[in-house]
Amino acid sequence: MPKYAMVIDQRRCVACMACVVACKKENEVPPEQFRTRVVESTEGTYPLLRMELRSELCNHCDNPPCVYNCPTGASYKRKEDGLVLLRKNRCVGCKSCLAACPYDARYINEEKGYADKCTFCEHRIKEGKEPACVATCIGKSRIFGDLDDPRSNVSRALRENHHEVLLESAGTKPRVYYVKKFSKPE
Amino acid sequence: MTKSISRRSFLKISGATTVGLSVAATLPDKFLLWAEEQGMVKPTYTATLCEICFWKCGVMAKSLNGRVVKLEGNPNHPGARGRLCARGNGGTGLLYDPDRLRSPMIRTGARGDGQYRKASWDEALNLVAEKLAAIKKQHGPESVALFTHGTPTDHFLPLLSAFGSPNVGMPSFAQCRGPRDVGLELTFGETIGSPERLDMANSKVIVLLGSHLGENMHNSQVQDFTEAIGKGAKFIVVDPRFSIAAGKAAHWLPIRPATDMALVLTWINVIIAEGLYDRDYIGRYAEGFAELAKAVEKYTPEWAEKETDIPAAQILETARLMGKNAPSVCIHPGRHATWYGDDVQRTRSLGILMALLGSWGRPGGAFFATNASFPKMEAKPFPESRETLNGGGFPFAGAEGVTQAIRSSTIDGKPYPIKAWIVTGTNLMKSIPNQKETLEAINKLDFLVAVDVMPFDTVMLADVILPECSYLERHDALAVGKGKSLTVSLRQPVIEPRYESKPGWWIAKELGTRLGLAEYFPWKTYEDKIKSQCQHWGVDYEQLKKLGTITIADTAAPFITASNPPVFKTKSGKIELYSGELKEKGFDPVPQYTQHQRPKGGEFRLIYGRHAVHTFSRTTNNPELHELCPENVVWVNAGIAKEMGLADGNYVTLVNQDGARSNPIKAKVTERIREDCVYMIHGFGTKSKALKKAFQKGADDQGLVTRYAVDPICGGTGMRVNFVRINKEFIDA
Repeated sequence: MPKYAMVIDQRRCVACMACVVACKKENEVPPEQFRTRVVESTEGTYPLLRMELRSELCNHCDNPPCVYNCPTGASYKRKEDGLVLLRKNRCVGCKSCLAACPYDARYINEEKGYADKCTFCEHRIKEGKEPACVATCIGKSRIFGDLDDPRSNVSRALRENHHEVLLESAGTKPRVYYVKKFSKPE
Repeated sequence: MTKSISRRSFLKISGATTVGLSVAATLPDKFLLWAEEQGMVKPTYTATLCEICFWKCGVMAKSLNGRVVKLEGNPNHPGARGRLCARGNGGTGLLYDPDRLRSPMIRTGARGDGQYRKASWDEALNLVAEKLAAIKKQHGPESVALFTHGTPTDHFLPLLSAFGSPNVGMPSFAQCRGPRDVGLELTFGETIGSPERLDMANSKVIVLLGSHLGENMHNSQVQDFTEAIGKGAKFIVVDPRFSIAAGKAAHWLPIRPATDMALVLTWINVIIAEGLYDRDYIGRYAEGFAELAKAVEKYTPEWAEKETDIPAAQILETARLMGKNAPSVCIHPGRHATWYGDDVQRTRSLGILMALLGSWGRPGGAFFATNASFPKMEAKPFPESRETLNGGGFPFAGAEGVTQAIRSSTIDGKPYPIKAWIVTGTNLMKSIPNQKETLEAINKLDFLVAVDVMPFDTVMLADVILPECSYLERHDALAVGKGKSLTVSLRQPVIEPRYESKPGWWIAKELGTRLGLAEYFPWKTYEDKIKSQCQHWGVDYEQLKKLGTITIADTAAPFITASNPPVFKTKSGKIELYSGELKEKGFDPVPQYTQHQRPKGGEFRLIYGRHAVHTFSRTTNNPELHELCPENVVWVNAGIAKEMGLADGNYVTLVNQDGARSNPIKAKVTERIREDCVYMIHGFGTKSKALKKAFQKGADDQGLVTRYAVDPICGGTGMRVNFVRINKEFIDA
């Protein structure tokens, strides 16, 4: 049984936004809404500066607050692969999940009246393809695969590099990992 | 009508029977995607080539019932390698842009007031042919000029040549790559090509001088760049702005703008003085080393520190870093190289640096293009024409022509008059400096015809507008790639042209026929031409249609080996560290530094660049891309902003030294730029009302480039020589 996860190798991201547009086209995301974004932040004062480029998306948490806070059972964590998904026909658009998500990963599809978010391109995984953002990532900064397979790209990336998750203290146990540094700390 | 069909009612219809989809050609994307999800529609994939920028990546276009829903990279294409950038992904935004040119139009009002009437293709083409024929009769064929960029060139340049005019101008030369190409040709006997033949993925050290890769989104090159990051390469990034690339760099050198050559010549001096150069390589392949060494002696790190504002110790350290890692050092020669008017010489200095490190023709440096080529097709020779004026009298002007030379001949009629312009695939108002001069020239014309997909600023000045269909709806010339291997790629329509738009080849052929030049277009459709070309070249057309790109096996010989010695097509047959050719024409045979004017108090040097989601001014109206970057902002150093009482997001206007004033533009107050310059993304501030999304959004950098420094060697227009003052507009964001 696969355990899907994504690793973002931030060193290799150039904030080119290919992932953002590919995701929107793949998943018919409405105008002005996004399932993923790239955040740039720079610390320091001229000329001693440090830049971070961070792709953000649904973390497909193992401890997902959006699922716990969904009053209708629309949001769920799929048992077989751990994806956090949504039964659209059960969603009433109450926005509980939007408020519960500490990662600002969800939006309401106004036209259709339900909440929506990244699915790790579940429909593409089924066809044996990578998520659209990963497939088009110019820097190969986004890495996708099965944590249970030690030979997968994600397993290897996590083995070889020091990594972090976003808001670890929130206790959400994210499945999106961030590689920032060049090797494991001493 | 499409809106009224809800998901549920469709379920009812299609639940009973599955024939519903055969009539679904006009249904919206999302509906079709949903139907696809249910397994009712099978997508088709068409291999073609992108034209959102000049990299021309291979695309696999996914369509559902005649609607293009997604574009993906073609794994067979060397420029894409299965991936597309944001712009490539957003290509459907151009295809379905509601503001597209829909039918031929004929101007009814004054030039520039946007008054047009629709016309039939017959009427419009007849009018264009009639006008061009009349001008030919009265002034000679050479009085018709062509300005062009991208694939339309493959159709309209032959038309111009057949017509009898030599006067073509491509902004890609004098406003962009020209000085770089000339500088490298003078040094190595050939230029670096496009895509640049850089073996960056294997470099240990990469030097970017004013190139902001990543923001400058050249697909495979950025892939190589990040591959190098993954392998632990060290970056030396020279840029007055803390670019994305600078954010990855071991050494960010925030140089004082306009002093780049001082830095490069000092690096050269250090590398020679400390014996860090490749003696064997230089001894074997180069000439003029002694003259070079003597000419750069005076450029010491201490001198350069004063000039460039980069500490001498850091100049030494970076020079040694290059020397120690030679020859796996990639010195990126840049692409948009028209900065200060001494750009050929700056590129020469970069070339000399490459040569000293022995990186030209070596892994991790620059590789050689394949020697293989396809056999030439026989074609009817073009008529003799009068001597071209597109060289502008510059000794090393390239075949792409010096645009502003044609512009000035249009204004003053010397050495002979230019009476008509054909403009295809380029937005001259945004690409050539000094818009006043461009307008003056246009107003002198007897006739201006524009061929384009969108109603760009320049298109809306034309007398006749001919709507070309987008790249997803047409055939174009086979793209022959001479990278490591010889490749051939096909652009073919994914869907039929929308509205009344037509492919460029059809427009050129129809015009040719009406001008009595039908024999230059001896094929019925462009696909026929492509097929016969494939046959001639021994390429399987059916295979090409399916794969999009075919790589010819065993054609690569990228690096110098005992059996693959380098060939330098210079006069001496060697790398010319000292250029006799330049000396002969009265220029410095070894590059020498000249100090350029600096901003006065209260002034800032205007620098400009690219955004990863935009191509020049051509994508600002694309709904998919507009959303991500709807307007440009002006970067202002945080310290300066504080002094001025300027907050992030405040609107300002910029006024240049000649009094040219910009649109209001948001200030980005940031630590990421020096105090003596401001920066903005090129291509905004659209004046064409027909581009409803982009109209008046952001400020037009070209509007502030009223002054330009002409490179006497090749005619390139240095455009980073303008200074602006910042006026607060007191409008909050």
